[in-house]
Amino acid sequence: MTVSEASSPVSIMTKDACVDFPIFDAKSRSLKKTVMGLVGGNIASDSKVPVIEALRDISVTLEHGARVGLVGHNGAGKSTLLRLLSGIYEPTRGVAEIRGRVAPVFDLGVGMDPEISGLENIMIRGLFLGMTRKQMEERVDDIADFTELGDFLRMPLRTYSTGMRVRLALGVVTSIDPEILLLDEGIGAVDAAFLEKSKQRLSELVGRSGLLVFASHSDEFLRELCDSAIWMEHGQIKQQGELNEVLRAYKGLPA
Amino acid sequence: MAQPTGRTLTAAVADLRRGWEQRSLWGHLGWQDIRQRYRRSVLGPVWITISMAVTAVALGILYSGLFDIELATFLPHVLVGFIVWNFISGCIAEGSEVFIANEGLIKHLPSPLSVHVYRLVWRQTLFFAHNLLVYLVMLLVFPQPLSWTVVAAVAAFGLLALNGAWVALAVGIITTRFRDILPITQSAVQLMFFMTPIVWIYDDLANSPNPDIAERARLAEFNPFLHFVEIIRRPLLGQDQVWRHWVVVVAITVVGWALTLFVMRRYRSRVSYWV
Repeated sequence: MTVSEASSPVSIMTKDACVDFPIFDAKSRSLKKTVMGLVGGNIASDSKVPVIEALRDISVTLEHGARVGLVGHNGAGKSTLLRLLSGIYEPTRGVAEIRGRVAPVFDLGVGMDPEISGLENIMIRGLFLGMTRKQMEERVDDIADFTELGDFLRMPLRTYSTGMRVRLALGVVTSIDPEILLLDEGIGAVDAAFLEKSKQRLSELVGRSGLLVFASHSDEFLRELCDSAIWMEHGQIKQQGELNEVLRAYKGLPA
Repeated sequence: MAQPTGRTLTAAVADLRRGWEQRSLWGHLGWQDIRQRYRRSVLGPVWITISMAVTAVALGILYSGLFDIELATFLPHVLVGFIVWNFISGCIAEGSEVFIANEGLIKHLPSPLSVHVYRLVWRQTLFFAHNLLVYLVMLLVFPQPLSWTVVAAVAAFGLLALNGAWVALAVGIITTRFRDILPITQSAVQLMFFMTPIVWIYDDLANSPNPDIAERARLAEFNPFLHFVEIIRRPLLGQDQVWRHWVVVVAITVVGWALTLFVMRRYRSRVSYWV
């Protein structure tokens, strides 16, 4: 991903960053409207496209060592903020500066191919997360042990149950060395014993990473991994600060 | 240093460069795509070669009969033309949906846009290599007067791939925004197959005694694909080089990349919003 000197500090800085989604319906996504708009004169065809302001005036400065939890209701902009911080969405207004190799873990399934074996999927997923082929070869045994999938790793992924897929994905994700780790919730669907095991690996992963932003609805998880928090509401930062303080305000509890 | 972002030329060039640095990723994915397509079949990617051989031989026999040309001249012409055309049409047709098809990856992983395009061109190159086997077999059946000029075909293919990349980038970005362009592009590609001298021989028709036919055939000079096909086909069949074709191709390459850089500068950062 983002190339940076090993010695340069990892950081994310955004200033008044906005993310506006143009929503093209079937009609305005065609040429017809744009062409006619040009012929007509003043009416900018763009202004007819409804815009969703997904994020507004986001200013954050995260330095190496930051462990930030992201809280907010559904649709408050947590996932979009993670995508802004990862560089997937460049701000439509304002600036965003990301220094460091980003490993985004938003969806455990993305980049997985059902037709190829578990082992091949480990390799591909690792390459997608910015690892080299060699680094992944070194880690394959460790991942295989962790997933407890044994000979199933040689089977195509389509033969796996949902839980087995989650194990595989978690195994890969927790084996990497990210500089910036962006985690979205949705880590579940595994049995209790495995969850304990993955929690430990997850905290080890967080320990290795230079910077963590973690969106979650689970207070328990947030307390375990983060020390500060950002509370999102209606696409804006409502509050930013120490974890317990933000959590109390978010839940409407007295300070 | 943070990566250059925003609507600048530096950011566009950085996208191309960083995509190139991720060779191990798209190299792996390109191979994967090919193996994937023939996953549960016994012969696997050999099917690429077989279907090319069958199509080219069938077309060769059909049209050599229709035009009354000797099969030994016509079959090599059709075969090489068809192999080159497959690469061209693959780059354009798949290029027009390169970003739409990769929506999931674009929204979940912050990789340079060019990664998807390199993967596409690499995959098409692998197809091309598989098809080249048919050409080698053909050389045994119908030997061609090859000379050292055959190395020109390598340079020609390099130019072709370079053009495949800019076309996929530019068309890919535009179709992501305007979805109507997608079916337009794909039908245009199909139509161009007939406009390009693949199943007919340009020189024969252009020198036809019937002035109407000759005049109409010369219109093909305006077809850019003619020049791309010719620069590869001529050296592979041991024919003389025509510099006009090379000049046109190099000019298209330069203009095309300039245009693409302009499109990338303006719209690269919007693609993840549009998919």
